Amino acid sequence: MKKINPVKRITILIFIISSTCIACAQQNESLIKAESPTDIKYSTEIVVPDILIAWGMAFLPDKSLLITEKSGELIHFKNGMKTSIKEVPEIYVRGQGGFLDIKLHPDYETNGWIYMTYGSADGDGDGGNTTLMRAKLVENTLVDKEVLYKAVPNTKKGQHWGSRITFDNEGYLYFSVGDRGNRDVNPQDITRDGGKIYRLYDDGRIPEDNPFFDDENAKKAIYSYGHRNPQGLTTNPMTGEIWENEHGPRGGDEINIIKKGKNYGWPIISYGINYDGTTFTEITEKEGMEQPLFYWVPSIAPCGMTFVSSDVYPDWKGDVLVGSLKFSYLERLVLENNKVVKREKLIENLGRIRNVIQGPDGYIYVAVEGKGIVKIIPNES
Amino acid sequence: MKFIFLFCFLLLQAFIFNITQDPILEESIKRGSDIYSDFCVTCHLPNGEGVDGEYPPLAKSDFLMKNRVQSIMTIKYGAEGEIIVNGKTFNNTMAPLGLADDEIADVMNYITNSWGNENDKMITEEEVSKIKK
Repeated sequence: MKKINPVKRITILIFIISSTCIACAQQNESLIKAESPTDIKYSTEIVVPDILIAWGMAFLPDKSLLITEKSGELIHFKNGMKTSIKEVPEIYVRGQGGFLDIKLHPDYETNGWIYMTYGSADGDGDGGNTTLMRAKLVENTLVDKEVLYKAVPNTKKGQHWGSRITFDNEGYLYFSVGDRGNRDVNPQDITRDGGKIYRLYDDGRIPEDNPFFDDENAKKAIYSYGHRNPQGLTTNPMTGEIWENEHGPRGGDEINIIKKGKNYGWPIISYGINYDGTTFTEITEKEGMEQPLFYWVPSIAPCGMTFVSSDVYPDWKGDVLVGSLKFSYLERLVLENNKVVKREKLIENLGRIRNVIQGPDGYIYVAVEGKGIVKIIPNES
Repeated sequence: MKFIFLFCFLLLQAFIFNITQDPILEESIKRGSDIYSDFCVTCHLPNGEGVDGEYPPLAKSDFLMKNRVQSIMTIKYGAEGEIIVNGKTFNNTMAPLGLADDEIADVMNYITNSWGNENDKMITEEEVSKIKK
């Protein structure tokens, strides 16, 4: 063996070690990159101030706003005043879990049903899991509370609760539950909760034509599986399809169109890697598993999702808006034939964005952590 | 030869690690590491480096090492507003995590003894329980 002096040897060793580390962390960045607009044609206004984490929001017919605060409060904002709603369910706050989404029944004016997801410690075992409830609001109090679904088992894990709720045009209810930090057990197993999108009738019954309804051991409420942590779920107003976004690990956040019985691949296929740079899968596609419509590398930590369908923002009509928790901006995605062709950063540096909805007035409302609810107002041209 | 060198290096490291830790602290740090990778890693990242302008670093963080009580309070109750860490300003929110007092002690022992941080006074469940908002 040729003699190499010790200093040189150490240098080589360090080089070998560091180059392997770099190699294992290599990922392909998203081809379409998010840009800051050169010309900002809107302003923002804080319409509800001082909320730490406004996870969910729903406008009532009188234009007042219901807001779920992650730490366990349901706020009714009316005429500039915040009222804390009484008799909310007991919320188990742990890690990413707490009071999660809120949605009105499409026919709310007739039946008064309000749907909520939250972390609950009910049932056997330490810890908690994601739960769906419906209730009615009478004089600042929740009444007629019915738990429609409780994911099991309870766990003390802090990760990946989801959750978002949406209704499709036929009146079915969809909601998401993340993999609950049990990546290798929950998402690919249809006999277990976690890492799933569920579909129910509005009263909590399970539709007979759900994809796994006839499978004796399956959780029959499952509509799709193989998800990591879906925190965006919305109905495409143009097509009626259910659109979802979910957090990847490091890279590999996804947008998916949710189809009946389909497997979205987590964690067998993924465009992401572990937080520490190591890999957990070598493959990004596999037969029988769906490809995302779009994936983010690096991760933006997508939270909330809505389509712009109103005429308030003519330049944005038909585009998708997604909040970025990680980079504190609202992302506008322009699509052509279900392909992302442009990404733009809106309302940069206001704070971590937790949710975005289009209100019944056609305006976009964004939940910004520590700030509250922000309305985007287009400039008059 | 390369392997012998590496082996000696690891052995030496293990030795140094062992003589500086007492077993109770070591156990606490181990549990804290699990808590960290569930509750903290998403924002503060695996090596405590944080994200520039968004999430303050924990590794070699002057704020963490000099503000023991405030750091515990932040984990226990959450925090918002401006803080200066290693000369850089951060203005963000951290939500309360719902951790029990013993878990907060564990994760504090982990982060104050990792990535170049050294803390010779172990944090206990009792100490955490006495810290109020």
